[in-house]
Amino acid sequence: MSDVATARALLESLGAFGSHFSGDDVAHLEVNGNEVVGAHLVPGLDVDVEQIDDGIEAHIRLHEGVRIANPVHLCFGMLPTEGLQHIVMKVDVEADSFASVQAHCTFPNAIDITHKMDAVVNIAPGATYEYFERHLHGAEGGVLVVPKTLVNIGEGARFKTEFELVKGQAGVIDFDYEADCDAQSTLEMITRIIGRGHDTVTIRETGRLSGEGARAVLNSYLALRDDARAEVYNTLSASAPYARGHVDCKEIVQHRAFAKAVPVVEVSHPLAHITHEAAIGSVDSKQLQTLMSRGLSEDEATDLIIEGLLS
Amino acid sequence: MGILELHDVTLELGGKPILNNLSVDFWEGHVHALIGPNGAGKSTLANTIMGLPGYTHHSGDILLDGESLRGVPVDERARRGITLAWQEPARFEGLRMDRFIAAGAKVKSRENVEDMLTRVGLDPQRYIGRKVDKTLSGGERKRVELASILAMEPRLVLMDEPDSGIDVEALQRIFDALADFKAMGTTVIMITHSMAVLEHAEHAFLLCNGRILDKGSVGKISGYFADNCIPCHHENMPAPEEEMMPA
Repeated sequence: MSDVATARALLESLGAFGSHFSGDDVAHLEVNGNEVVGAHLVPGLDVDVEQIDDGIEAHIRLHEGVRIANPVHLCFGMLPTEGLQHIVMKVDVEADSFASVQAHCTFPNAIDITHKMDAVVNIAPGATYEYFERHLHGAEGGVLVVPKTLVNIGEGARFKTEFELVKGQAGVIDFDYEADCDAQSTLEMITRIIGRGHDTVTIRETGRLSGEGARAVLNSYLALRDDARAEVYNTLSASAPYARGHVDCKEIVQHRAFAKAVPVVEVSHPLAHITHEAAIGSVDSKQLQTLMSRGLSEDEATDLIIEGLLS
Repeated sequence: MGILELHDVTLELGGKPILNNLSVDFWEGHVHALIGPNGAGKSTLANTIMGLPGYTHHSGDILLDGESLRGVPVDERARRGITLAWQEPARFEGLRMDRFIAAGAKVKSRENVEDMLTRVGLDPQRYIGRKVDKTLSGGERKRVELASILAMEPRLVLMDEPDSGIDVEALQRIFDALADFKAMGTTVIMITHSMAVLEHAEHAFLLCNGRILDKGSVGKISGYFADNCIPCHHENMPAPEEEMMPA
């Protein structure tokens, strides 16, 4: 299959999400396994990619003061049924710049695939970097997803990340994000996952608020059914005055699914303040009855409630 | 003509009889008010008609268009045209208003959702993308609930204290919705203590100790309630037959 055909096949597997392919002012990069099969850059954005045995090493650099209006699209995936894709990524977001990256990870035919990411993200003072990672898996699971990311957020900088897997079967997810936050910086991490079948999900999110006035929110929303299992370990520590943070984990459990939430908050400065909230349970009965009294079946009502929770 | 008939309905909750051989007919296309002291069984009656979990183990029978609702689950009752407006509407974290209103709507188009929001006095441009969550005031939630019910085009609406916890503007919108229901030919059974709301009813029923003590014009029933039921002399014990008002 040619590079163009492979890129198209990857994008087609994304459905409506793959419609970014055209447009001169839209930066994008498509990687199938360890091959770059499509790319387009815009001024102020550099992407250097090297092929490694089982994946790629990418260095993404956003130049100082550059603000990219349209989302940058990254498409990582594998069309074969099995294999390893290892993404090693270093991202340098220079001072006062802005970019919003949408990473689409697609494994439509997976039977035994490992998708591993090791990323370091450096966000310079005054910059904003948004990273939305959306996974689309096939109906059979068969994917081991291991994203590990370390983020350094400079003074007054902002980092927002969302990880979403709501279509297809998750397989095994072992998610590990850590962030160090300088003064007046902002960190927001959100995960939304639907687990089905025998999916196993582990989420580790850590935020360290070491700068004065740093702020962070760690939100995890999961809906589990069948025999899915999830464990969420969210840790937020504050060691500087006026650091503020909140940890929130909500999980809906149905059938034989299992959920565990371990919010850890650590405060070592008397002027810092961190709160946490965790709720695990079945679908709220009043919400369910309200929607059923509008004529929705129990399954339809449950799906709509979960859609809201994960929105 | 009666759309809904209750025959000798008795329901115990926690070992205590809440509905006591209750029999009543509701006329199709009319606005009925249920009046009674706290604990008389008004909300229980609404929940029982809706068939909510925990309210289905009653004796006697409830008939819609002459057909028994025994064993008919909530969603099927709704599909047959019955719905309930809660005294405290549920909050739905993250759920957009357009998705909520369209969920049970007969016509699920965006235009129809916008029309429903307009009818309850909420600007669609401002509200259609908002979430049905704790960011809404009590009055806004009541109005969103009404919009979702109007969109259903139901045959029978149970309204549990539609005026509780809302401001004057929201109250006016509830009156507008009552007029809309009337125009649609929808039967309304509303639980209220408010004279302002009662004025929009065509008939009233006085509920006491799980029974219909009397029925008639709103003026007659609300007058009796004001003179004899505040405070309640029955203290929510079952009323002896001789205390029932003459027919």
